[in-house]
Amino acid sequence: MTTTDLPVPAMRGTEGVPTLAEGESQTGKDFTSDQEVRWCPGCGDYAVLKAVQSFLPDLGLRRENIVFVSGIGCSSRFPYYLDTYGMHSIHGRAPTIATGIATAREDLSVWVVTGDGDALSIGGNHLVHALRRNVNMTILLFNNRIYGLTKGQYSPTSEVGKITKSTPMGSVDQPFNPVSLALGAEATFVARTIDSDRKHLTGVLAAAAAHRGTSLVEIYQNCPIFNDHAFDGLKDRDSAERAVIPLVHGERITFGGGTLGLARDAASGGVRVVEVGDVDEADLLVHDAHAEDPSTAFAISRLTDAGYLNRSPIGVFRQVERPTYDDQTRAQVSAARDAAPGEPAERLAGLIGGGDTWTVV
Amino acid sequence: MSKQVKQLDRVIIRFAGDSGDGMQLTGDRFTQESAAFGNDLVTLPNFPAEIRAPQGTLPGVSSFQVHFADHDILTAGDAPDVLVAMNPAALRANLPDLPRGATIIVDTHDFGGRNLTKAGYDSDPLADLESPGSPLADFAVHPVDLTGMTVGAVKQFGLSRKDAARAKNMFALGLLSWMYGRPTDSTEAFLAKRFAKVPAIRDANLAAFSAGWSFGETTETFAVRYEVKPAPMAPGTYRNITGNLALSYGLVAAGVQSGLPVFLGSYPITPASDILHELSKHKAFGVTTFQAEDEISGVGSAIGASFAGHLGVTTTSGPGVALKSEAIGLAVMTELPLVVIDVQRGGPSTGLPTKTEQADLLQAMFGRNGEAPVPVVAPRSPGDCFDAALEATRIAVTYRTPVILLSDGYLANGSEPWRIPDVEDLPRIDPGFATEPNHVVSPDDPDTRDFWPYLRDEDTLARPWAVPGTPGLEHRIGGLEKGEGHGNISYDPANHDRMVRTRQAKVDRIAASLPPLEVDDPSGAASVLVIGWGSTYGPIGAGVRRVRRAGHRVAQVHLRHLNPFPDDLGEILRGYDKVLVPEMNLGQLSLLLRARYLVDAVGYNHVRGLPLKAAELAEAIGALVAEAEGVEVDLSAPAGDPADHPED
Ligand SMILES: Cc1ncc(C[n+]2csc(CCOP(=O)(O)OP(=O)(O)O)c2C)c(N)n1
Ligand code: SF4
Ligand SMILES: [Mg+2]
Repeated sequence: MTTTDLPVPAMRGTEGVPTLAEGESQTGKDFTSDQEVRWCPGCGDYAVLKAVQSFLPDLGLRRENIVFVSGIGCSSRFPYYLDTYGMHSIHGRAPTIATGIATAREDLSVWVVTGDGDALSIGGNHLVHALRRNVNMTILLFNNRIYGLTKGQYSPTSEVGKITKSTPMGSVDQPFNPVSLALGAEATFVARTIDSDRKHLTGVLAAAAAHRGTSLVEIYQNCPIFNDHAFDGLKDRDSAERAVIPLVHGERITFGGGTLGLARDAASGGVRVVEVGDVDEADLLVHDAHAEDPSTAFAISRLTDAGYLNRSPIGVFRQVERPTYDDQTRAQVSAARDAAPGEPAERLAGLIGGGDTWTVV
Repeated sequence: MSKQVKQLDRVIIRFAGDSGDGMQLTGDRFTQESAAFGNDLVTLPNFPAEIRAPQGTLPGVSSFQVHFADHDILTAGDAPDVLVAMNPAALRANLPDLPRGATIIVDTHDFGGRNLTKAGYDSDPLADLESPGSPLADFAVHPVDLTGMTVGAVKQFGLSRKDAARAKNMFALGLLSWMYGRPTDSTEAFLAKRFAKVPAIRDANLAAFSAGWSFGETTETFAVRYEVKPAPMAPGTYRNITGNLALSYGLVAAGVQSGLPVFLGSYPITPASDILHELSKHKAFGVTTFQAEDEISGVGSAIGASFAGHLGVTTTSGPGVALKSEAIGLAVMTELPLVVIDVQRGGPSTGLPTKTEQADLLQAMFGRNGEAPVPVVAPRSPGDCFDAALEATRIAVTYRTPVILLSDGYLANGSEPWRIPDVEDLPRIDPGFATEPNHVVSPDDPDTRDFWPYLRDEDTLARPWAVPGTPGLEHRIGGLEKGEGHGNISYDPANHDRMVRTRQAKVDRIAASLPPLEVDDPSGAASVLVIGWGSTYGPIGAGVRRVRRAGHRVAQVHLRHLNPFPDDLGEILRGYDKVLVPEMNLGQLSLLLRARYLVDAVGYNHVRGLPLKAAELAEAIGALVAEAEGVEVDLSAPAGDPADHPED
């Protein structure tokens, strides 16, 4: 078997998607559909919807060129509430449909809305393959660490020992850390944010939308009905300061009111939390989301609690440039097209009339 | 030495050897030579599921059968007249299929020691050929050291012994080409091109090919040459084509004729992978191929592409259809065009990956949750796969629906001469994209319109296809039940009942667009009708001819459309006393016909992984004619002018 060097398409960001003309403007209202929102009162999904509705106009992209695709779950109702093109598809398969849309059309901004069960259980295979291919789409993974729509079974992100309807004696399986998983799946953009932090959420969404390739954004989303308080450790004013580790590219990683930082841990090859005063300033880790090697980003992701969330890094873990599947696929198609001039009908006649032929008169 | 030339009207040759012996290539070359010569022909490749089963063993035997004739033929033939066996295993594996008196050309080179044991022979079957106890006593056996002579013929090219011996298939091809007077130039050109980069191998193959020919000419082993004259065929330009190639070309043509870029989402599976391979070569036609992580992703991506305004296609075999079922249901609900190609193979489960069967009909019809009607079409011959792909696309695009096309392993790999159609004569397919809002918001204000994605065309009941990027038509679709017209989620019981019926009615409406069925009933007075679908067309036609040749009446109908059935089918069925339904399954079309038309359909069913045999079918048809008409049916008694009933 042989390989060949592929040309690298030079598209960046949302290039190719039509933008508003001079003088045109869009507001959050333009993006709001006439459908009544039907989540439970207090559901974290509302906050994300509001943030997305108010943030989408800022992209400056034409509304008709935006497509939201979702799977099945509470969060997957999302597309119905946005006045864009949308498809509420089947459980776990949204990345496949989005791959078809994004590959077929360069002029569309493609978004996937999915849940922890949708993306990581039934659709786990599609998620990792979308990430490795780097198809141009932004995936919003609503992680409430529970199956909401089916009324409260544990999910692949639930902590071990979780007592739910299907695990009365406690769940026994080890959860996924979605960020670690994505980094292991060759993702080019991986971020995490929290439903209740509108500013952070919007900032991360903006970065994700601007990234060309697959962006995975894990959103911690509270489900007050079946998994309330799952993120209290990160949200309560008393504990949040020491629990949330904010990642900002190019800045020293500190938290706990500036008292805590991260340093490399020679013994494990990972990173560890240190008291800022205990180490040389030069040894405090500066966040580099653009590092080609994902090892440090992975090490940081491991600081997330697998059990109850008393600690979690948030922000953009990784953002690197790599040619996208869809750009490269389209480049091959157009290169082949350019190399074969002539009317399609004529070329079709040439194709079917090729090979060894004979004529009967 | 001048040799006797004998005229034959048809011959069936089977090339058999180890899977490493290049038998598919040999058969294919012989086929191309015969096609170029002008014979009608049908081929049947048969290869093991294993890529490289242990050399010299029975499971490793690969074969290629070609039936060629001076008249129009319908099948690859029930039994070979000539077997070319390249090793002991090939001889042993194919012997049971040979009729008494068949010719066997056998490479003697490996008939010794371990190779005999591997093939399950205790002693050399070629020893004592003259003795009445020989296992080969009933056949005309020609033992020839093909390998040895090949190695001798290519000595000058300095190849290793192993590489030299590998050209033995070309020696065999040369010999057979001489024996049947085949034109050799296409094979010479083929070899020159195929091995252009390795001159020594190219020259060795060419030398072996020509040595095989000369051997035939000079040896005394073969005293007779045969001539099978060209068959009269309708004027036109022809090529030999396999079903998978014709299907791929049909999809490319569907893209051109609809103006839609083709998007294929597919996961490799035998015997469908060749379509993925072929389409990946046709990017110049705007064809995108996506090798997905699994079948679900294959169909999902195709649905996404369709939503985005491309022609979404997914290709697979039975196990893949099982995985795609839920997504096909999504396409039923979202009413998006989608072409699903199932190249059927033996099942259930992994079944017989390289063997043919047509047991996915009921899966295609009913293999989804809920009331999820999907149109089903089937090609009848390799070349017909081209037209079937265009027809599947026409239905999918016109009616905004997934369509399942049922090919099978026999059609996929088998080949026949195909009259190349004129592109101008191909049907045009109009995507008819929605461009404007279609619904008046209020009668008081007829000028204000919004877009209702489920407002239907009155004729076809199809909904509008509004693709992203079209301003003003933004809308959401999905798998939840739709409210009639506006398409918003609806849990209303009456609405669901209406929508279920409407989706069914839309599929039923397709029947109105179908031409009348062709009933082949020359006498117009038959009391037995034989009805089939898919690749059984050839064997059924050949069986019907045999019965007619014996002086009896029988009618034949072959279905392209399995769902919906053509409107005139019920009346046609009621016009016959007996209806026979031959299928390579346990009676799936029978079940549908019985349920739908209350006819007492009689099944004729085999699931051997091989095409039905014309002779056996003729017996079954004859028996039914005897029963229906109270006559004796003797198939060995030809009646009338044989020219009216060409040999199958
Ligand atoms: C094929 C299939 N299996 C199961 C279901 C049932 N189901 C719907 S949503 C869901 C889990 C949703 O969990 P998650 O993705 O976390 O979404 P949430 O409701 O928590 O937002 C399940 C099991 C389904 N709709 N389809
Ligand atoms: S069940 Fe939970 S996740 Fe679902 S809508 Fe209600 S609060 Fe939200
Ligand atoms: Mg969930």
